[in-house]
Amino acid sequence: MSVLIVADTKNGELKKSSYEAAQYGAKVAGIIGGDAVALTLNASNAASLGSCGVSKVLNVTDASISASDPQKVVAAVVAAANAVGAKVVIFSHDSTGKAVAPRLSAKSGAGLVTNVTSVPDTANGFTVTKNVFSGKAYVAVNILSDEKIISILPNAFGVDKGEGEAPVEDFAVDVSGINSGIVVKEMKVSGGDTVPLPEAELVVSAGRGLKGPENWGMIEEMGEILGATLACSRPVADIGWRPHHEHVGQTGVAIRPDLYIAIGISGAIQHLAGVNGSKVMVVINKDPEAPFFKAADYGVVGDAFEVVPRLNEAFRKFKAANG
Amino acid sequence: MKILVPISKVPDTTAKVSFTDGDSKFNEDGIQWIVNPYDEWYALVRALEITEKDGGTVTVINVGPATADAVIRKALALGAHEAVRVDTDPTESYVVAKQIAEYAKDKNFDLILPGKETIDYNGSEVGGMIAEFLGLPFLSLISKLDVNGDTLTLERSTEAGTEVVEAKLPLVVSASKGMAEQRIPNMRGIMAARSKPLTVIPPVDVEAKTAYVKYGLPPEKASVRLVDPENMDELVNLLHTEAKVI
Repeated sequence: MSVLIVADTKNGELKKSSYEAAQYGAKVAGIIGGDAVALTLNASNAASLGSCGVSKVLNVTDASISASDPQKVVAAVVAAANAVGAKVVIFSHDSTGKAVAPRLSAKSGAGLVTNVTSVPDTANGFTVTKNVFSGKAYVAVNILSDEKIISILPNAFGVDKGEGEAPVEDFAVDVSGINSGIVVKEMKVSGGDTVPLPEAELVVSAGRGLKGPENWGMIEEMGEILGATLACSRPVADIGWRPHHEHVGQTGVAIRPDLYIAIGISGAIQHLAGVNGSKVMVVINKDPEAPFFKAADYGVVGDAFEVVPRLNEAFRKFKAANG
Repeated sequence: MKILVPISKVPDTTAKVSFTDGDSKFNEDGIQWIVNPYDEWYALVRALEITEKDGGTVTVINVGPATADAVIRKALALGAHEAVRVDTDPTESYVVAKQIAEYAKDKNFDLILPGKETIDYNGSEVGGMIAEFLGLPFLSLISKLDVNGDTLTLERSTEAGTEVVEAKLPLVVSASKGMAEQRIPNMRGIMAARSKPLTVIPPVDVEAKTAYVKYGLPPEKASVRLVDPENMDELVNLLHTEAKVI
């Protein structure tokens, strides 16, 4: 009985979230006693999934089969699951998972749980844990159907790559009957070299405490020194001090970095809902009563205009000594 | 254009989250309910903008018990023309999507436009499921939606950047931030909402695919470790040696 992992690509190479899903899928295969097989979409480096416990890769080499046209990916997944006898399908709940997994569930009648943060517990049924209430709580969900789909929360598991390559087979799927009318016109690539927020491991964020958009230079500097992606609170995005794609929070982007540094942000519940997945949170605020200090791991009570340049200097020294 | 906007009722963003019945149910005592922000601020407002400009109707649909009516009236107050409630308390997204698809299947909606996810269950499932049940194309995480005759130009958020696509109607789209700006209902809208149609219909039989067994709260965080603002070298050291994040 196999586990099928759907592993998508970005610019032809496997996404970071795909390796994470693959490793998770290998663990699930171990639990239910089967093989972990990956289905990759137009991947140039499909064999590298062997480093995550995958025993075989089926690589689709039809560029029209991409998450831009989810119905085609669903057809590929159904064909692959049938080919390897998989009753469990794994996705990363990233932009591909969100486009494809729900369609697959409706098509096959397989129960779907998204944003999953645990491997299945098969003691009483098939139960996985997921985050709910924007990360304020979690819930154990039992998948009742025979076939199951798990879409994991990106960055919840991380990847611990081993050695080895997996054998790759070309996998052909006939999607000629699918006419969705969707045409991709262009891809606007965001912010140069910085890692997009949902995948960022280091995030530096600032809010109203900065007093005006002209003061963001020191924040941008910190981002550069650390190689961190910039984020901001909702109010400063709404008034146009920072671009909307930087807004993290309940109605903005949800992030799960290793390190989140928040400067001049009070820490309202809606903001916390978007950042509570951070492994470590550092809060810099001149108000000792700021609610954010209750959620922070490390805190600095002080004026951002004094503290941040000092911290930038300390980071610079650290980077120079440690590379 | 004939637009269907599925809306969910969710606890307000500052609600305290707790559970009852042996942690098997969300505790609704004292909860203020609102329309899910992604459904209201982005999907519903965009739908209203389209019909205000080019004509058409906006129908909102909710799958929920009678306690959802007050929240549905808020959507009507914003300008939706009519509302439908499928009278059942759903236990999962699959059931919600099936009820909505059953309602929509013979109504010829041009566009079905839910928000990308709810702030309580964060599923990001219903839009895609509705599309599959109805055999319609689906585009998720859409931050921009423009209408040019019978072609839509949309922007989808992906890890590689923002993808610009064109698509044809009929279509299912899930709305994310950027698609529209939040509106506040005015007095006239609130008064008019009282007499707009809110039709309650019975659910169809759907077998649930999952069961929510037990909730829990994350462990209490240890209190914050304050660092002297004059000593940023110490903070850097802690982040490196103790937290091990740099």
